[in-house]
Amino acid sequence: MGYPHPSHPRETVLVSRYFGDAAARPYDGWVKRGGYQALEHSLGIGREKVIEEVKLSGVRGRGGAGFPAGVKWDFMPRERTRPHYLVCNADEGEPGTFKDREILRWTPHAVIEGCAIAAYAVQAEHIYIYIRGEFTEPLRVMRQAVDEAYAKGVLGDNAMGRGIRIDVTIHRGAGSYICGEETALMNSIEGKRGNPRIRPPFPAAAGLWGCPTTINNVETMAAVPHIILKGGAWYKGLALSSPKSTGTKLFSVCGNIARPGNYEVTMGFPLHDLLFDLAGGMPPGRRLKAVQPGGCSVPFITAEEAAETLLDYEGCLAKGTQLGSGGMIVYDDSADIVHQVMRLARFYAHESCAQCTQCREGTAWTTKILQRILHGEGRMEDLDLLVDLGDQMTGTTICVLSDSCAVAVGSAIAKFRPDFEAYVRSGRAVAAV
Amino acid sequence: MSDLVKLTIEGREVEAPRGTTILEAAKLAGVLIPHYCYHPSLRIAGVCRMCLVEIEGWPKLAASCATTVVPGQVVHVSSKQAKAARQGVLEFLLINHPLDCPICDQAGECELQDYVFQEGRSGTRYGAYAKRFNPVEDFGPDVLYVPNRCILCTRCVRFMDHVAEESVLNVSDRGDRAHIGIDAGRTLDHAWSGNVVDLCPVGSLISKDFLHKARVWDLDRTASVCSGCTQGCNVVLETRDNAVLRVRPRPNAEVNRHFICDYGRFNYDWLNRADRIEAPLVRENGRVVPVDWDRAIERTVDVLRSAKAPWVGLVSPGASCEALEAAAKLLALGGGAGAFRVAEGEEAPLPGVPDLALRKERAPNVHGAVAAGFSRDWDRAVADARDAGLVFVLGEDLAGTQALPPGVPLIYVGTVLPESARDAAVVLPCANMAEEEGSFVNLRGLRQAYCQAKTPPGMARPAGWVLEEVLAALGAEAGVAA
Amino acid sequence: MSQAGTGTHAPGDAPALPKVFEGAGRRELDAILKQYPTKQAALLPALWMVQEKHGWASPAGMAEVAEVLGLTVAYVKGVVTFYTMYHQHPVGKNFVQVCTTSPCSVCGAEGVVDAFLKATGCKRMGETSPDGLWTIVEAECLGACGFATPVLINDDFIESVTAGSVPALVARYR
Repeated sequence: MGYPHPSHPRETVLVSRYFGDAAARPYDGWVKRGGYQALEHSLGIGREKVIEEVKLSGVRGRGGAGFPAGVKWDFMPRERTRPHYLVCNADEGEPGTFKDREILRWTPHAVIEGCAIAAYAVQAEHIYIYIRGEFTEPLRVMRQAVDEAYAKGVLGDNAMGRGIRIDVTIHRGAGSYICGEETALMNSIEGKRGNPRIRPPFPAAAGLWGCPTTINNVETMAAVPHIILKGGAWYKGLALSSPKSTGTKLFSVCGNIARPGNYEVTMGFPLHDLLFDLAGGMPPGRRLKAVQPGGCSVPFITAEEAAETLLDYEGCLAKGTQLGSGGMIVYDDSADIVHQVMRLARFYAHESCAQCTQCREGTAWTTKILQRILHGEGRMEDLDLLVDLGDQMTGTTICVLSDSCAVAVGSAIAKFRPDFEAYVRSGRAVAAV
Repeated sequence: MSDLVKLTIEGREVEAPRGTTILEAAKLAGVLIPHYCYHPSLRIAGVCRMCLVEIEGWPKLAASCATTVVPGQVVHVSSKQAKAARQGVLEFLLINHPLDCPICDQAGECELQDYVFQEGRSGTRYGAYAKRFNPVEDFGPDVLYVPNRCILCTRCVRFMDHVAEESVLNVSDRGDRAHIGIDAGRTLDHAWSGNVVDLCPVGSLISKDFLHKARVWDLDRTASVCSGCTQGCNVVLETRDNAVLRVRPRPNAEVNRHFICDYGRFNYDWLNRADRIEAPLVRENGRVVPVDWDRAIERTVDVLRSAKAPWVGLVSPGASCEALEAAAKLLALGGGAGAFRVAEGEEAPLPGVPDLALRKERAPNVHGAVAAGFSRDWDRAVADARDAGLVFVLGEDLAGTQALPPGVPLIYVGTVLPESARDAAVVLPCANMAEEEGSFVNLRGLRQAYCQAKTPPGMARPAGWVLEEVLAALGAEAGVAA
Repeated sequence: MSQAGTGTHAPGDAPALPKVFEGAGRRELDAILKQYPTKQAALLPALWMVQEKHGWASPAGMAEVAEVLGLTVAYVKGVVTFYTMYHQHPVGKNFVQVCTTSPCSVCGAEGVVDAFLKATGCKRMGETSPDGLWTIVEAECLGACGFATPVLINDDFIESVTAGSVPALVARYR
């Protein structure tokens, strides 16, 4: 549903079905709505079959990386010589994205169920759900749901009465965007600074405390029960365009838009329809100027490009952007693109963990250049310098935070160069909107 | 399947054991890949991004310090892409750097200077933006931290965390606000903390002891062995104008890896003492008279010939193997033997390196002395000296021991003249360990040579040479004293 | 940025802060420790407990955490300074975080910040108000972009705040 708005008939409501339904939150309400049947079924068909179904479904990581979840689970060792861990990434921090918060606070048991199925599949007995520190309501709701699940025997030493152990710990973050990166998240759980790790090793080989670990996004986990109950083939069939992008996706539409909210549509849905049909289009008197369809770390696209974009991984790539997290930031013609790009650079500079030279210094320098441009002290060479710095910051670091900064800045300059040139040429500050 | 991997680095074929990183394999091929955060004695961090290399067929540049070799890999270190990446890192490192080389101790041995000269861009694009500024911090007792020069390589933090195993340093804050921090109530007083100054590739962690003392290009460097304890850490003595100005570790995988303790590092003033005996001295008509070596050796032989047995030796465990072996031979001629005593202090291990510690016994050649036949029973030897026919002292000031009986002739070989040797029949001035070649045996029985770093004052000569001359003179005539 | 609270706290004359990990606090910590294979992993949860009890990541609190988890104070501090939600100074009774990242920025978030500053008497962001009741800071994306502008007041997550709705909100919290 376009929560907080009523569902639109063109949505494919799956994961978001119970958004806004307070009765779905508690265990009993969830069970009434079919909850925990998928977990029961999974324990019956066995772990290999579960992994098979998830692989068949083609579901790809919904946090932004888009890696096939089933393949990820398949990486886990079959012979368990050390503890295995399952981690749920609820550190939603990509600007523009606000879907996981809804899943957590409306359907906490869906998350627990998805995680439990995943844990069973990869032979993990302990699940860590990492919720960002600012999500005080999801933290409260999830803690309560976990308590309920223990009380009802879903979790614990004898999960679902099947003699296996499934434990859940809610781990609260403390303010760091980069902790949404899976290896930084693991370091954060371990009680360290949230620095991303060099890879290899990958989490399935050595993750939490050096043990095999699987990490998935909240939305991915929430999709798992549906895949198990209705089958991977069914999920795979939900694809409007590319066969490599299957199932449904929550798009968090925000910014300059009439009906901001989360819209769940089948992969391959036209971006234009999402904005103008489902989300109500532009505010009165405004024209669409730019979109970042997958969070602020994906390239800007123009209104013209947006009109031709299909919302799946391949469709976005074809238009020179990315599906990313599905956090769709909409900019109308009242938005000051230059100011927003500066604000994004400032965001990256604030969030850089400080390990890599290019990111640590480059994000800050980029911000300074943009601030000068905004203050009317920019030069034309600054635009080429920004692109050049962006090149230095791309493909050279441990994680892709600096690449993301380069992408946001570089694509804005590429697509909206006249906006930047206007600031430089006018030689005076233009008041921020 | 072979354990060796064949690959090509910079056009050179190299074979490296499986599991070797490209950076280390490159060393085998004689190629130095520029880097900062990597250090062979520290855990891999991969954060400076300076060591990025191009690997054919790989979509992105790879950090060579953190990438293991794969058979058939073709690695380029000086390709256009790799060089551009390094130039990028250098540019980023310099934007907030104060460029205060004229007042920075690291100048001349600074890896930032080195790589910028080698391949950085000339000029900066940073323009008129303000540089980040933070005041100098005293991490104490010896270490100063200059945040403005810090490149956040984290070698210091990793050393304290994993090698010294005392996490007293941290990285504080995030992004370009990040800096090295120290626990508010603490100082960097760990027994091995001086190593962070060596590890720092730039002039960010500097030593108060060396602050503004000398320009490194004025220093001569000599391979030596630390004389502080029985560990036998390999060091470099750095001298200028015939004085030792700094002691730094010399890598030795078996003994001390890349480190020395603070005791050894700062205990070098005694090598520069000015109050030295500069000429051989003999007693003539009740007066002490300086003479040349020929006369001195002659007189020594006379004294020895007329001395009754037994002869007792009181030696220093800081003397070289060569001197101690000769001394033992000499004492044997007199039907005697000798002993030594050694000062002791607290043992201070470096936990992250096996079998490395500042040892309790604070002398470099205890085991050389033992091997040469000297006993640890000092008190017994001092007592024996009362009834000896001759007392031979090598490098010992005899402080705290009973005065030697006036009737017993004393031959003294040493660097300075202690009160106890004022009545010696012969005083033979010798070089200290920085002024001679020689060897020490460490606590594991390893005999290690050290080289001459400066010239001895006046007519002082290596003790080993002195004693060999005496032995030769004694043996040159028939009827050696018994 | 954790630039909160440059207030009037003078370490010398403040009353001693209560111990965090004694009695019920110790039991809470023990329960947390059971959930991780290492003591170090309890660091973030333990720091939350300190902030809950002391209002900020006090030096005394950090020292207690270090001791009880077998870590050095330097290590704990390195972690505290990484995460923006741990206050490194005391803050006002109401700690307000206003999201100003781009999706909220294009919806007038800066105006919400200004409204808060005006309504609370705070001269600028990060400074506690003279009456000690308010500290306003801007936050990076709070994950509620469709409900621009979201605001956290202590642990209360408030959606859809506008410059116009700020005065009433401030009045509720006074």
